[in-house]
Amino acid sequence: MSRAILYDSTLCIGCKACEGGCAERWGLPYDDKIAAEERISAHKLTAVETHGERYSRRLCMHCAEPTCVSVCPVGALQKTSLGPVVYDAEKCMGCRYCLQACPFQVPTYEWNKRLPKMRKCDMCYERQSQGKQTACAEVCPTGATKNGDRDQLLAEARQRIAEKPGQYYGKIYGVKEVGGTSVLFLSAVPFEQIGLRTNVPQEALPDLTWRVLDLTPDIVSTGSILLGGIWWITNRRGEVARKEGRRK
Amino acid sequence: MKLKLPKITVWRAIFAVVLLSGLYATYLRIMYGLGGATNLSDKFPWGLWIGFDVLCGVGLAAGGFTLVAIVHIFNIERYKPILRPAILTAFLGYSLVVVALLYDLGRPDRIWHPLIMWNPHSVMFEVAWCVTLYSTVLFLEFIPVVFEKFGWHKPLEWIHNISVPLMIAGVLLSTLHQSSLGSLYLIVPEKLYPLWYSPLLPLLFYISAIAVGLSMTIFESWHSSRAFGRALELPLLASMARVLAVLMSAYLWLRFLDMARRDVFGLLLRNRTETWLFALEIGLMVVPTLLLYQRKVRMSPGALYACVVMILFGFIANRLNVAVTGMEAGSGAHYIPKWTEVAVTLSIVGAGFAIFRVIAEYFPIFEAHPHEHAPEMEKTEADSVAVG
Ligand code: SF4
Ligand code: SF4
Repeated sequence: MSRAILYDSTLCIGCKACEGGCAERWGLPYDDKIAAEERISAHKLTAVETHGERYSRRLCMHCAEPTCVSVCPVGALQKTSLGPVVYDAEKCMGCRYCLQACPFQVPTYEWNKRLPKMRKCDMCYERQSQGKQTACAEVCPTGATKNGDRDQLLAEARQRIAEKPGQYYGKIYGVKEVGGTSVLFLSAVPFEQIGLRTNVPQEALPDLTWRVLDLTPDIVSTGSILLGGIWWITNRRGEVARKEGRRK
Repeated sequence: MKLKLPKITVWRAIFAVVLLSGLYATYLRIMYGLGGATNLSDKFPWGLWIGFDVLCGVGLAAGGFTLVAIVHIFNIERYKPILRPAILTAFLGYSLVVVALLYDLGRPDRIWHPLIMWNPHSVMFEVAWCVTLYSTVLFLEFIPVVFEKFGWHKPLEWIHNISVPLMIAGVLLSTLHQSSLGSLYLIVPEKLYPLWYSPLLPLLFYISAIAVGLSMTIFESWHSSRAFGRALELPLLASMARVLAVLMSAYLWLRFLDMARRDVFGLLLRNRTETWLFALEIGLMVVPTLLLYQRKVRMSPGALYACVVMILFGFIANRLNVAVTGMEAGSGAHYIPKWTEVAVTLSIVGAGFAIFRVIAEYFPIFEAHPHEHAPEMEKTEADSVAVG
């Protein structure tokens, strides 16, 4: 069973309760000033953005095949079978490849700390593994953020679109994007109008690298035979020449 | 005993200023973290230290593996006189890349983590391993110089016994990580500007690294001949420049074909920063390539040097375009390095030059080993031209 979050922008009233719940769950400070910052950062792991009269939440998408997990050189990021993508700060060496590679620009860094960590939403992995709801879903007063089983939430999203086709842009964001994500979005308007990236590939990004990395063993084996062979031939030629030279 | 003060020259003064500002920048980096010392941000997490110090640094050190392959694997012995400086540059280059990484990593104390915490799916992991192993190889390739200096014959023999597998390993490791630096960017197809993003990035990075390896060798030979009052191995360098021209042509042709296949030439009509910096990069590569096809240019020390410098700048422009220019629009961020980033970079470069000089002065870098005096070598030395 894989857990997910369904965020329905048409139900969101922009109260930012999810931001507060998230800050509390992480023990991060939260006040009016921070609430006004409409972007995620190392001290704000989810943010409600205003797009005209519409709202849109930003948080880690918990991709099915996460780019960040594939690029992290030390394996500090892992996709759990439960769904959340979790982070082990003890392993992280701060290369920031995850920030660079994430197609949704989610990971953030504690730039001003002397011993910094990467920070991002972990879909309340601990709470969910104890059977609890994510902090954001728990405090959402309108049900715009809902936490549950991915298949069920997907079915529910489809049903909402089918029931009120006029109210929704007919697609669900997160079904195909980068090969699927564990955070799903519903919207009344095309997704780019609520600030979602629609230019992301429809396939999982890690494959792009793996196709090349997978050649490594071949390069090493073919390469060593080739180089060894060339060395042997050219060297023998030199030896032969030297011997013949001496005989003369 | 009289204390001899070093002469104060303009270059030394500049060097001192750079080094001092670098020291102050280092203090800021340690005390105020990456935020205090760089203009990096969540949307633009890699800047000058990755784009120049690492990407260019590793590339500019490619002369080491290129020449080892030429001299020892393809057995073209006449290049032997310039092998040692190339290995020394490479060894210094990689050491300095590691120093730069210590600045750039958020947790430099954990630089060793990839060695025990594995993720074979990560390009960065592969780069980390290859660079570590290759630095070891370079160290072993360089250490005979030290042994020779002190006349330690036993260890010299040991190293000699493993030298062939060592050299092959070095060439393979270089092949892997030079191309992998390009692979680092395969994962950002939606962020890297299409003039640079290509599925061929690893191959393009690799070929350009070899070209730059040759260019650096010529560049160094030219400088060391002036600094140490040696004759310039001009015929050697000229024939190397010929290979360089062919290689650069192949590289440019490949880029052209790749752009045609991806159908991105239309982008060149847009009046954007990317277009201009792309034109600069390509210009710095095309012009010297064409010039190097002229025998006259290759045989004139000044012109040869100018061409090689242009290629080096073209290469640096390419790496910075990939790492900075090409990433700005896609990340929705604007990045200009902070003075501290520049100061650290310049200090590292300056330190590299200074250390090279000191080592070259005290160790047998430029003299050939006594029993390696091959007859061909004397011939080349006899008809080489002095630079003045
Ligand atoms: S959205 Fe980014 S940080 Fe979150 S799982 Fe996907 S790749 Fe990782
Ligand atoms: S910054 Fe940390 S978590 Fe992110 S890729 Fe680097 S080591 Fe992994």
